[in-house]
Amino acid sequence: MSLSSKSTDLKRRMQEALRGGGDKAIEKQKATGKMTARERIIALLDAKSFHEYDLFVEHAGRDFDMSDKYLPGDGVITGTGTINNYPVCIFAQDFTVAGGSLGYMHAKKITKIMDHAMKLKVPLIGINDSGGARIQEGVNSLAGYGEIFYRNTQASGVIPQISVILGPCAGGAVYSPALTDFVFVVDKISKMFITGPEVIKTVLGEEISMEELGGARVQAEVTGNVHFFAESEMECFEQIKKLFSFIPWNNMKKADPFPRKPPRVRQYNIEKIFPTNPRQPYDVKDLIRGIIDDSDFLEVQSQFAENIVIGFGRMNGYTIGFVANQPLVLAGVLDVDSSDKAARFIRYCDAFNIPLVTLVDLPGYLPGVDQEHAGVIRHGAKVLYAYSEATVPKITVITRKAYGGGYIAMCSSHLRADFVFAWPTAEIAVMGPEGAANIIFRNEIKDAENPDEMRKLKIKEYKEKFANPFVAAAYGYVDAVINPEETRDMVIHALQISADKKVDVPFKKHGIPPF
Amino acid sequence: MAKATKENVVKITDPESDEQSSVNSEPLQTLIIEDVKYKTRYNKKFTNRKLYEPKDPKKIISFIPGTIKKVYLSKGKRVKVGDKLLDLEAMKMVNTIFCEYNGTIADLYVKEGDQVPKNFLLAVYK
Repeated sequence: MSLSSKSTDLKRRMQEALRGGGDKAIEKQKATGKMTARERIIALLDAKSFHEYDLFVEHAGRDFDMSDKYLPGDGVITGTGTINNYPVCIFAQDFTVAGGSLGYMHAKKITKIMDHAMKLKVPLIGINDSGGARIQEGVNSLAGYGEIFYRNTQASGVIPQISVILGPCAGGAVYSPALTDFVFVVDKISKMFITGPEVIKTVLGEEISMEELGGARVQAEVTGNVHFFAESEMECFEQIKKLFSFIPWNNMKKADPFPRKPPRVRQYNIEKIFPTNPRQPYDVKDLIRGIIDDSDFLEVQSQFAENIVIGFGRMNGYTIGFVANQPLVLAGVLDVDSSDKAARFIRYCDAFNIPLVTLVDLPGYLPGVDQEHAGVIRHGAKVLYAYSEATVPKITVITRKAYGGGYIAMCSSHLRADFVFAWPTAEIAVMGPEGAANIIFRNEIKDAENPDEMRKLKIKEYKEKFANPFVAAAYGYVDAVINPEETRDMVIHALQISADKKVDVPFKKHGIPPF
Repeated sequence: MAKATKENVVKITDPESDEQSSVNSEPLQTLIIEDVKYKTRYNKKFTNRKLYEPKDPKKIISFIPGTIKKVYLSKGKRVKVGDKLLDLEAMKMVNTIFCEYNGTIADLYVKEGDQVPKNFLLAVYK
């Protein structure tokens, strides 16, 4: 056989494999509003940058008449490419082939590309769209999942791992996204749960639809399992590309710097944002936008635990991770959900050499029996652990209230923040003036002729003496008291100085954070 | 007096007043932390939170949904700590509900074969 006839044969084989599940299955996929796996990869990666591997892998199922079936690529497409010229390894499950179900070879393809990503030290993107384990392959499917989860853990903190849920992701399969760094979902398309509605109805008698149980909105707002929510697949891909412009592509690198740009001060003027009454709220995102380059802020988990804001921005051209209390929601308190949200993000930034800037304005922790019984103690401890453990440059700006445990938890100098700045409006105290006066001056108020007047007087006294940053500054717990308009310059200077920060940590295999 | 340059900046008339003000024309709620009233928004979880109710020792309730397999009780029966009260089949296992307080059963609300949800009242003490 000549070379040309062999080439023709190759072309035929490729075309057969590239057809995936066939036209009918592809039509069905499109009818539900979903793109096909290859279309997704092409849309996400840079033009003409995708190279596919393992196209001719065939499935290993031999029971239940599986030997007669041809499953192109065994239901998953793996390969490498670039996003904004960043190299990435990517896999996308193909729902048109056997429902995207995971079999032995399907898992082998995925673990192979994961091993590549680990060796080559490039990010890994996984597009999940699968019916789950292939029951016909029995325990081999479970083995496949196990191998994937192990590699997710080994890669955690070494390379960025992104999961994009563009279809069902149920049962054991959903643990892989849970182990990755960032999870993207799309409204009405993503479905994530451990036990589905049918099982819940049979065992527990509770009726709930798939969308209400684990649809994209529920995951984004209620469970906190996901980090980015999009209305369409194309919007999701834009979000992924935006995220990649901020994060480094492995833990030994820093993200590429961008040209330095000033914030859009006319739109986000710090002085105009701030209310005079300390009990009135403001949107801390406007404050963040008022100090970062080009006011370009990528918020993470924007719909979950809204009383704390986390996300990426740039200062002086370099990526910075922001953690800020949001007084607009629940007065910016720390509670179970916000502690979890902040702690994981702090650890992500620490793992990938991204400096942390913390903006503090919180009255403390959220009171309530439901919080206590949900374990706000051990969840709140996560934030303390994460900040103390982090060795990236840590800059803190205390804008208004910082009372009690909240003051300590939000990257105080005691948790080894490198620089702590406070505004003149900062109130660093054990508790607010009202609460403190009631306790400290309880007897004077009780014995006074006019208790209300005495209370007001004592509150005023306490406020003047303690509700300011100068008491803390007197002990050096605050490095500088600055004016709001100086914030950006002071923080940029602090970050420049800390660029090569190195701290020695005592040897340990790893700590035991309150998981 | 603070002036607003954007729609979503707080408009306040009196710096010291606690009057209802709004951000994005959405009225703010009050949250009290350590005797201080803060004006802020609630989130869904906070609004829908279950308020605490102390456990009523007189009530015997199911801790898991399932099917009643066997009933060891009857109206007027005297029970003591450690006695078996009911067998509840759930999650592919037989779960026995044991007696926690000495007493007499006043009323029984289930029989063998009933399917019960979680937190269902099974029986009461006198």
